Amino acid sequence: MITTVYVPQDAAALSVGAERVARAIAAEAERRGTPIRLVRNGTRGLLWLEPLVEVATPNGRHAYGPVTARDVPSLFEAGFLQGASHPLHHGLTEEIPFLKNQQRLTFARVGVIDPTSLTDYLAHDGYAGLRRALEMQPTEIVKTVLDSGLRGRGGAAFPTGIKWQTVLDQAAPQKYIACNADEGDSGTFADRMLMEGDPFMLIEGMTIAGLAVGATRGFIYLRAEYPHAHKTLEAAIATAYREGYLGRDILGSGKTFDLEVRLGAGAYICGEETSMLESLEGKRGEVRVRPPLPAIKGLFGQPTVVNNVISLASVPVILQHGAEFYQSFGVGKSRGTIPLQLAGNIKRGGLYERAFGLTLRELLYDFGGGSASGRPIRAVQVGGPLGAYIPASQFDTPLDYEALSAIGALLGHGGVVAFDDTVDMAKMARYAMEFCAAESCGKCTPCRIGSTRGVELLDRIIANVERDKNLQLVQELCETMVHGSLCGLGGMTPFPVQSALKHFPEDFMRTAQ
Amino acid sequence: MNTTPARPETLDARTREQIDLALSQYQSQPGPLLQVLHAVQNRIGYIPDAAIPIIASALNLSRADVHGVVTFYHYFRRQPPGRHIVRVCQAESCKAMRADELTEHAKAKLRIDFHQTTADGAFTLEPVYCLGNCACSPAVMIDEELYGRVTPERFDELIEEKSAK
Ligand SMILES: Cc1cc2nc3c(=O)[nH]c(=O)nc-3n(C[C@H](O)[C@H](O)[C@H](O)COP(=O)(O)O)c2cc1C
Ligand code: SF4
Ligand code: FES
Repeated sequence: MITTVYVPQDAAALSVGAERVARAIAAEAERRGTPIRLVRNGTRGLLWLEPLVEVATPNGRHAYGPVTARDVPSLFEAGFLQGASHPLHHGLTEEIPFLKNQQRLTFARVGVIDPTSLTDYLAHDGYAGLRRALEMQPTEIVKTVLDSGLRGRGGAAFPTGIKWQTVLDQAAPQKYIACNADEGDSGTFADRMLMEGDPFMLIEGMTIAGLAVGATRGFIYLRAEYPHAHKTLEAAIATAYREGYLGRDILGSGKTFDLEVRLGAGAYICGEETSMLESLEGKRGEVRVRPPLPAIKGLFGQPTVVNNVISLASVPVILQHGAEFYQSFGVGKSRGTIPLQLAGNIKRGGLYERAFGLTLRELLYDFGGGSASGRPIRAVQVGGPLGAYIPASQFDTPLDYEALSAIGALLGHGGVVAFDDTVDMAKMARYAMEFCAAESCGKCTPCRIGSTRGVELLDRIIANVERDKNLQLVQELCETMVHGSLCGLGGMTPFPVQSALKHFPEDFMRTAQ
Repeated sequence: MNTTPARPETLDARTREQIDLALSQYQSQPGPLLQVLHAVQNRIGYIPDAAIPIIASALNLSRADVHGVVTFYHYFRRQPPGRHIVRVCQAESCKAMRADELTEHAKAKLRIDFHQTTADGAFTLEPVYCLGNCACSPAVMIDEELYGRVTPERFDELIEEKSAK
């Protein structure tokens, strides 16, 4: 029997040498006259082990990693094609604690299948959700999503079903589904991993959204920094069209859904939904004043569902297994699962999907294994560049929307970035202001001018120039930004700044060199 | 750096043809400007000032509209870049893994600052805010290739590899 060997083609795996490993394995197999079947899968999300090579054996897939091209001859020598032991062997992939303790609903197939193979997708429950949806009335589909308790995974956590209902209720000549794949937050990569590892799931979710609200056209707004995801999506979309899963008369139902990818151009603000719509229309990404809501007047003035990649990719599972199934995961008003992304100075970084409720400490230490440097973790930023810095004294906070907001933090898109005790929090606060100044769309003065002013004030504080006065001014500036900004960029940049000041005041009090 | 105001360049026939091709590819789409600009930059490496009036008239927009869009987005460049574009991530996760030191190293190695091109025209250095490779920080992108866990030594190797090509 020909053994199947998996080497990921995910951008993160490639970034640490997966391509060379794949080539070395193919060459070594050839040299030994041992035929193998090489599959390029997505990543399992155990990123500290990438490049992670898997071998299919009768008792399951065995994991080896991190593999370099130089390790390949010794892997063959040891008999890795039979799942034999080797210093890089981790046993069965599914038994690795980091993976075993997850509850993968949205990422169930990621890392398992060949991402661009529709056959693989179908063999692993793919399109079961769409088939159900095709038998349902639009109102039933919307109700199922509403009852599932799914809230937007892009950051604002708005109930997805309510948004869909609003779009369904509009009478309009054309409605749209716009997928937000701008994923600008530092510390996040779930959207990328999903698009590269299971692109059909996003396509399926968007198609179901189209059926639910009566939209026949969809766009994926993808950030330009993701060329690998772009290629994978284009390949999957072409296949879906060819096989009758997109376009006119989807699976003989008479329904139409057209889908295309549009690239962003390196502007963080274009992740904000109204800025994204402007950008999709080919304009400057200036934030729109609300109302009207995008659900009423969105893309090209038409009713538009704007949802994050993970929100849309959660829909097929909800349709397949029902609202109750999805809603049975989670706590309080945070239902279902959340793909947490563990990054920064962490020993075992990666993607961790689980029902809401895990505490920060469990994630950082039980699964993350502490810092990569071996030093104490001093601060964690949750929820991207607009998220608060959390000190060690609050690591017992559960990672759900309500618990985080109770301590003045936010979950956002689920990014968790760890810093060890060498971090200078005054510098991080300064960076938050600098980022806001670089990325402001320019519409509101507190954001556009205030952030530049914030950088100057923090520079003076760091240099110990009139420190008390400038600390006072920075607090006042933060208040002005919170209250005088149209969107979250200006309105939330103060969160990392104020949390750094509150929890790490000593970093702002150092004697200037 | 180039501080002289951009003189109205004249476009050579080949460049002009590339712009026309980019236009014909996307002109009929709704809201096509960003796609056209991407296509122009893919074909000729940057968006020449002299292309702006051509694009504007083809899409029925004002020059100010097109100029406004080109300047809004970090990704669009108005000067020809080096043969390779090196982007070093500046965002938080990479900072937690010494990206600031890597950045200083990159600038010293290439002997340029951000937004500059080496004298031999080989490399342009750019900052970038997250490459989605945060679990393998610090991250660098060279052209369309992503690199993770980049140490200063690894950075030098990558530059040497690219220089050889
Ligand atoms: C400054 C800013 C940046 C944002 N960036 C993103 C992003 O990159 N991806 C995303 O899905 N949502 C982002 N959002 C949230 C969107 O505005 C919007 O809430 C989301 O796309 C809605 O989809 P969801 O309900 O499925 O989360 C951002 C918001 C703000 C204020
Ligand atoms: S807060 Fe900043 S980014 Fe948001 S609309 Fe105002 S100026 Fe634009
Ligand atoms: S912060 Fe550098 S890759 Fe995400």
